[in-house]
Amino acid sequence: MFNMTSIKSQNSYIYGLGKGLPIALGYLSVAFGFGISALGQGIWGFGAILISLTNLTSAGQVAGVAIIAAGGTLFEMIITQFVINVRYCLMGLALTQKLDKSFTTIHRMIASFGITDEIFAVAAAERWMIGRRFMYGLITLPYIGWALGTILGVYAGQILPASLCAALGIAIYSMFVAIIVPPSRDDKGTMVAVLISAGLSCVLYFIPLFGRVSQGFSVIICAVLASGIMAFVSPKDL
Amino acid sequence: MTKQFFAYLLVMALVTYGVRMIPFTLMRSKIKSHYIRSFLYYVPYSVLGAMTFPYIFYSTGNVFTAAVGTAVAFVLAFFRCSLIVVAICASVAAFLAGLI
Repeated sequence: MFNMTSIKSQNSYIYGLGKGLPIALGYLSVAFGFGISALGQGIWGFGAILISLTNLTSAGQVAGVAIIAAGGTLFEMIITQFVINVRYCLMGLALTQKLDKSFTTIHRMIASFGITDEIFAVAAAERWMIGRRFMYGLITLPYIGWALGTILGVYAGQILPASLCAALGIAIYSMFVAIIVPPSRDDKGTMVAVLISAGLSCVLYFIPLFGRVSQGFSVIICAVLASGIMAFVSPKDL
Repeated sequence: MTKQFFAYLLVMALVTYGVRMIPFTLMRSKIKSHYIRSFLYYVPYSVLGAMTFPYIFYSTGNVFTAAVGTAVAFVLAFFRCSLIVVAICASVAAFLAGLI
């Protein structure tokens, strides 16, 4: 008889740390930009750091700071954060299918705080089931990088030349490219899913008719359509 | 001002944590449907596709330097370089393109 415990699981903290290092370096530069931009919008410097420590999400924080700077309502804040971050719902749901038995309720509640686009992508790409130690390892360095980057951006942002700060803006996106290209090489279905999603995203961005769709909402529409079509056209037997 | 800031902070943190924690904690069973399993398999890649394009071309504030960085990222990713190598090389390429 086979049961769940016979399925191989990745549950090493150290292995997770290694996987998190490139994410941490990417976050360092992105959070650095966030710190500079928050300060530029008149946000209290220490407040920007608190936002990073409690939110750990790039797009949501950028939108949140814009609302704070504009003196928006709390209701506006709730709706915006929900729309931008609801993709984590989908990611969390996908990850639950890979969790091993070490993930008891309390550990799910703690580890869920660290679900970001990049952490999710790396965890989802793991070959085996994943354990809580691996997940905590994976989250550790990106969290430190995100916090440290914000602190540096708030307190040392002015000393870096603007051209260098601008070039660092591409770091996080090129990391996305590095995550999606290799599996697209190996699997045609994955490549088509990426192409559909990226194509739709450009349509929503460039066609004026869709000008009111926010980035967070656009990501959900594109991802759901692309995944929905490809799950029908090219099912994966996992 | 500070009191108002903490209200914003609390709302941001709670909503963001809620959408992460609720499905991750409550979903305890294996999804049986082949369709939904296939759907979830494609989610990470399509999410990243939509998050990257077209935004990568505006990430440096200059479409030319961003395009150079993007091209470098694609070539290195195609040859399976690690995430950090791709990220650093693309940033350096964008920086150097800005010097031209």
